[in-house]
Amino acid sequence: MSAAAISVAGLGKRFRLGERERYVALRDVLARAAKAAFRRRSGGNGNGRAHIWALREVSFDVREGETIGIIGRNGAGKSTLLKILAGITLPTEGWAEVRGRVGSLLEVGTGFHPELTGRENIYFSGSILGMKRREIDRKFDEIAAFSGVETFLDTPLKHYSSGMQLRLAFSVAAHLEPEVLLVDEVLAVGDLEFQRKCLGKMEEVTRGGRTVLFVSHNMGAVRRICTRGVWLESGAVRLAGSAGECVDAYTASVEAAAEAGTGVFELTARSDRIGDGRVKMTQARMIGSSGAPQSSFEFCEPIRIEFDLEPWEYVRACFLGFTIVAADGTHLVSSSHTDSAEVLELTPGGRRTLVCQFDENTLKPGIYSLQAAVLDVATWEFSDWIHSIGQFAIETGSGRFGRQPDARPGYLQPLLHWHWD
Amino acid sequence: MGTKTNPVGETLAVAAGGALAPVGTPAAGVVPVVKRIVPAGRWFAWNLKELLDYRELLYFLVWREIKVRYKQTLIGAGWAVLQPVATMVVFSLFFGRLAKIPSGGLPYPLFFYAALLPWTYFAGALTGATGSVVENQRVITKVYFPRVLLPLSAVFSGLVDFGIAFVLLIGMGFYYRVTPGPWLAFVPLFLLLAMLTALGAGLWLAALNALYRDVRYVVPFLVQFWLFASPVAYPSSLVPARWRAVYGLNPMAGVIDGFRWAVTGQNPPSVALLVASGGAVVAMVVAGVWYFRRMEATVADVV
Repeated sequence: MSAAAISVAGLGKRFRLGERERYVALRDVLARAAKAAFRRRSGGNGNGRAHIWALREVSFDVREGETIGIIGRNGAGKSTLLKILAGITLPTEGWAEVRGRVGSLLEVGTGFHPELTGRENIYFSGSILGMKRREIDRKFDEIAAFSGVETFLDTPLKHYSSGMQLRLAFSVAAHLEPEVLLVDEVLAVGDLEFQRKCLGKMEEVTRGGRTVLFVSHNMGAVRRICTRGVWLESGAVRLAGSAGECVDAYTASVEAAAEAGTGVFELTARSDRIGDGRVKMTQARMIGSSGAPQSSFEFCEPIRIEFDLEPWEYVRACFLGFTIVAADGTHLVSSSHTDSAEVLELTPGGRRTLVCQFDENTLKPGIYSLQAAVLDVATWEFSDWIHSIGQFAIETGSGRFGRQPDARPGYLQPLLHWHWD
Repeated sequence: MGTKTNPVGETLAVAAGGALAPVGTPAAGVVPVVKRIVPAGRWFAWNLKELLDYRELLYFLVWREIKVRYKQTLIGAGWAVLQPVATMVVFSLFFGRLAKIPSGGLPYPLFFYAALLPWTYFAGALTGATGSVVENQRVITKVYFPRVLLPLSAVFSGLVDFGIAFVLLIGMGFYYRVTPGPWLAFVPLFLLLAMLTALGAGLWLAALNALYRDVRYVVPFLVQFWLFASPVAYPSSLVPARWRAVYGLNPMAGVIDGFRWAVTGQNPPSVALLVASGGAVVAMVVAGVWYFRRMEATVADVV
């Protein structure tokens, strides 16, 4: 019987509302104090500082060598759980115990500094992720070879393309050898080939007998890599069981929610994004043939996707792209607004809306999620990137859009043109 | 496939091969590290063993800061000399020549430079420590390490510039024929005092800065006021003797008087002043550690 590598009991984390705002200035505190005094006088709830529980009463065990997938919606508490286990933040109640050296990979390129060379960054990032200096010395050649940027090792990182930075970062991360590995899937940024490489490496790691806790939106990956799963919802464990069980139950609930959704996705307050924030997506809408936002469409029904963009700085040229992702994590369709409209020049205060008309929607019935990013045209740096804006459903429907899907394999069922020669 | 467990709980690898050891058995003699994560109490002690385990990261943090400091500059570490020398020239002209501030029998440039050195170090270390937590907020929210390493690294990385500027000080000593004596052995002691002062105040300011960004606007003023409250441009003998101990509550007064004496051998510092400075440093460090430790528990949530 394996011992528990991770034990979590009655874990809870409470945030003060607004505590996660970017930063507090003293004047905000003064203003708040003034407001609080006023409220007290007017007979309101004096110490009425609102709290939210990001996690509450979470308990589970992970045995040594197991790979456990943590799944759930945005804001379900997955990242908070990961941060508590990694020791980055402390719980408000309950406790957790982790046996063995812990390594956490919550982002790609932790500790990277643009002024340092590739070689120097390997050392610094490796060290901050928990490697000993001698360990880095020993693995250095391997890390450099795996990254494929060996020839640029003495060039400052700022001259690397973002793809090269990503490869170098991942290469460092992949050579960590902790006994317990905590991974956030945000790791799987970048192009498809890179994601595949990441997931491949993850599978390799789990076969090595290490304990892995894997937070993911990618149900295909969870099913493939993980032995067990925990489904979190609103900060509580909704289901703990085999990975397959959890994925099935979660997928079913997402389907139900997608069908009942409004098709309007508020993005302003979302924290599960990366990028320099020069431009932010504030809202996305999916609109069907009725002309109103909806989250469930019939097969072949034209979909209009709208993105509201808010620039915070002057941006000379950026573009927006989105990807439709199937429930198993496969990227199905990607499109960039520059395919058929001009590049955007944005000035602060000038809110803009981009509209994409997706007429040839031949997605087969199922649940899909929408991923979108705003990038700088010149550098391909992310201004804003949201991994999963929200889900939508494609249903068999009445055939009023001309065609009906059938049970043939594949994700798409476009009408191709055949003839006898 | 040696890692999957069946519902009964025995490892499949054992059942299949027998030769493979069950994964869960730790190697003989190896005690697994168990880390217990619990809510923060009102006061929780620093795990000194853990700090020791992270000494390599401290080394790398200091190394990174030194590497980055003079990247893409023309004269690089020359700035470590140029800055204090330029200040010395200006102060010697205005305070030494024009205002005729007494300099305890020493040539004013030497008198001033000998104080400017620990002062510049202190001001840099304090400013660096203040910003250290906020500047590393990305890292703080993504990986765990004892946060105190950040202000600590600021305090250590300033030593390189200090060392470079110190060589010049020795040269000036020879030029003015003020040869160093056995008192030079006290230099490390006063340097340590300066480091602790910067650390004590830096811990407070770094923690406050994580909460209120106003701090970074306050620090330049603080440093300026502190400069005038320290015997850098004037000798502490200008302060009436009965106020000397009170004056010494500013630990930098002790540091500068002591340092100047250690490198020139003239004007030994008053004992009352030194004792006051020493006590003040200890109090500052204890308070700084206490406050920083309290903040450490929530820093990743608020920074």
